[in-house]
Amino acid sequence: MSRYAALALLIAGALAAPLFLYPVLLMKVLCFAIFACAFNLLFGYGGLLSFGHSAFLGSAAYITGHVVKIWGFTPELGLLTGTAAAAALGLAFAVLATRRQGIYFAMITFGLAQMVYFAALQLPFTGGEDGLQTVPRRALFGLIDLSSNVSMYYFVLIVFLFVLGAIWRIVHSPFGQVLRAIRDNEQRAISLGYRVNQYKILLFVLSAAFAGLAGGLKCLVVGIATLTDVYWHASGEIVLMTMLGGVGTMLGPVVGAALVVGIQNYFAELGAWVNMVQGAIFVVVVMVFRRGIVGELAPLLQGRIGKGRQRSDRITPLPTAAAGSDPGLAHRADQHCPHPCSSEQAG
Amino acid sequence: MFEIFGIPSQALFSMLLLGAINGAFYAMMSLGLALIFGMLNIINFTHGAQYMMGAFAAWMLLNYVGVSYWVALVLAPIIVAFSGLALERLFLRHLYHLDHLYGFLLTFGVSLLIEGAFRQKFGVSGQPFQIPESLSGGINLGFMFLPNYRLWVISASLGVCLAIWYVIERTRLGSYLRAGTENPVLVQAFGINIRRMISLTYMLGVGLAAFAGVLAAPIYQVSSIMGANIIPIIFAVVVIGGMGSIMGSIVTGFALGLIEAITKLLYPEASAVVIFVVMVAILLIRPQGLFGMRS
Repeated sequence: MSRYAALALLIAGALAAPLFLYPVLLMKVLCFAIFACAFNLLFGYGGLLSFGHSAFLGSAAYITGHVVKIWGFTPELGLLTGTAAAAALGLAFAVLATRRQGIYFAMITFGLAQMVYFAALQLPFTGGEDGLQTVPRRALFGLIDLSSNVSMYYFVLIVFLFVLGAIWRIVHSPFGQVLRAIRDNEQRAISLGYRVNQYKILLFVLSAAFAGLAGGLKCLVVGIATLTDVYWHASGEIVLMTMLGGVGTMLGPVVGAALVVGIQNYFAELGAWVNMVQGAIFVVVVMVFRRGIVGELAPLLQGRIGKGRQRSDRITPLPTAAAGSDPGLAHRADQHCPHPCSSEQAG
Repeated sequence: MFEIFGIPSQALFSMLLLGAINGAFYAMMSLGLALIFGMLNIINFTHGAQYMMGAFAAWMLLNYVGVSYWVALVLAPIIVAFSGLALERLFLRHLYHLDHLYGFLLTFGVSLLIEGAFRQKFGVSGQPFQIPESLSGGINLGFMFLPNYRLWVISASLGVCLAIWYVIERTRLGSYLRAGTENPVLVQAFGINIRRMISLTYMLGVGLAAFAGVLAAPIYQVSSIMGANIIPIIFAVVVIGGMGSIMGSIVTGFALGLIEAITKLLYPEASAVVIFVVMVAILLIRPQGLFGMRS
């Protein structure tokens, strides 16, 4: 019961938020929360570290901006176009990157995203260094005017809740269970007869699509699409948000996005200090805080409520380097993360 | 003056020379990354920042301390290597037993921190770096003008790469290192201090990046974003070459520098992405990389 009460409280808070806080800032938080949830779907539930998610955010922002501004699409059609483009791009990334595993996967997505960056720099419709400016919001379905920040905020909130619900549905579906099996022990999943690569590719495409949705939405909110969205720093930021909030938790990425966007907003005047603060947070999170804020707090809260029962969507740490496949130092017994497959079976 | 494929020989050869120089940087950087990955199981994202730190360390030694170029060339990589030692002792050491990804993420955070600090202090514009007196000027080869400094960069980096190859493949220390990469626990059982080997390897890789940075300083100016610009390329080079062999890293680095230069001549718009295009092609044809082994 208390979970639903908490959820209701959160939604009520989100509904009332524009009364107290600047709606554009809130919308930015929600866009990055969608982006972080998309990334978390891939990293937290699939164990795949993409270091090129900026490509989906940025390209969808450009495409949504272009079709809305130049072709006069309504916002929902613009978002759909941007999302579809990001999904298609995600398919290309996934087919290439799944040819390697682990850290190579991250480096390949990084390289591919850099290609997208250079494409965005040189293609004529993106506006190069200037970016795509003055993108109008227009009217939703041609009926509901979104030009006021408050109405736009509620639209963004609805999209955000939809994405959160969709991700919850994906994670708790049979498909999600197979993903978890692959993340925890890929060899075993293969031996059970699952076509692991197809699952990974589908997951990547879903994640890219949600990331694209975030990008398109962000473009409509702020009215511009720029190179910042495609540059690899955005890929790093999203990892930071997810890690800070808690990898593999439902609400962790949302918390992380709110904190990081808040920090950026707070330190905006101070230039390069933002990078330094982000770097420092990164170091702290990786060194002492690997489960993130929600990941650390959730067990405590559950303990206090006294439910004792293990929830199935509890934080599961990253997969450790599979023993046996790597004769390096990863061999040593892993003190931090209990082997995920043993803890998961209990629930 | 004559022309080849409609390109003046002067332009062709100086572009190829620049390609070879870039290739030398790619080779040194990817070699360091491969060494570190072999021993520490970590992809060192800080590599770009350490390359930049090498250039800045030399620049500061020259401008604030007033030592000669040659002293700076030796001192700067050592200073940066010791900063690497601190990083390894303080942070990286505690991550070896975890997944590779944590080391990658930690070093990413550290590079944000370092690059942010330098950007705060020096901005993003480049600081000019004088070519030392003894290396200024050049030789006229008839078909092209060869600046002495560029000749020096290529020979120095080739020399360093080959020396490292020799040390690792042909000396006793190198055999410990290779054994440690294969099976650290067993090597430790033979009474070799594996932790010290790990620290030394990290310092070597980092020093190599800093050395590349010092060599690059007069050619590309010293700026806080020079590392952020080169790191995606280095990762692509590593994916293309695979991290299996030392000679492989060196050859891949030089080859990709030349490919980039040729693209710049034939189709300049693609020169920024050509290395990533090669990466895609290699992934399709030979996913484990040119010199990588199938795991």
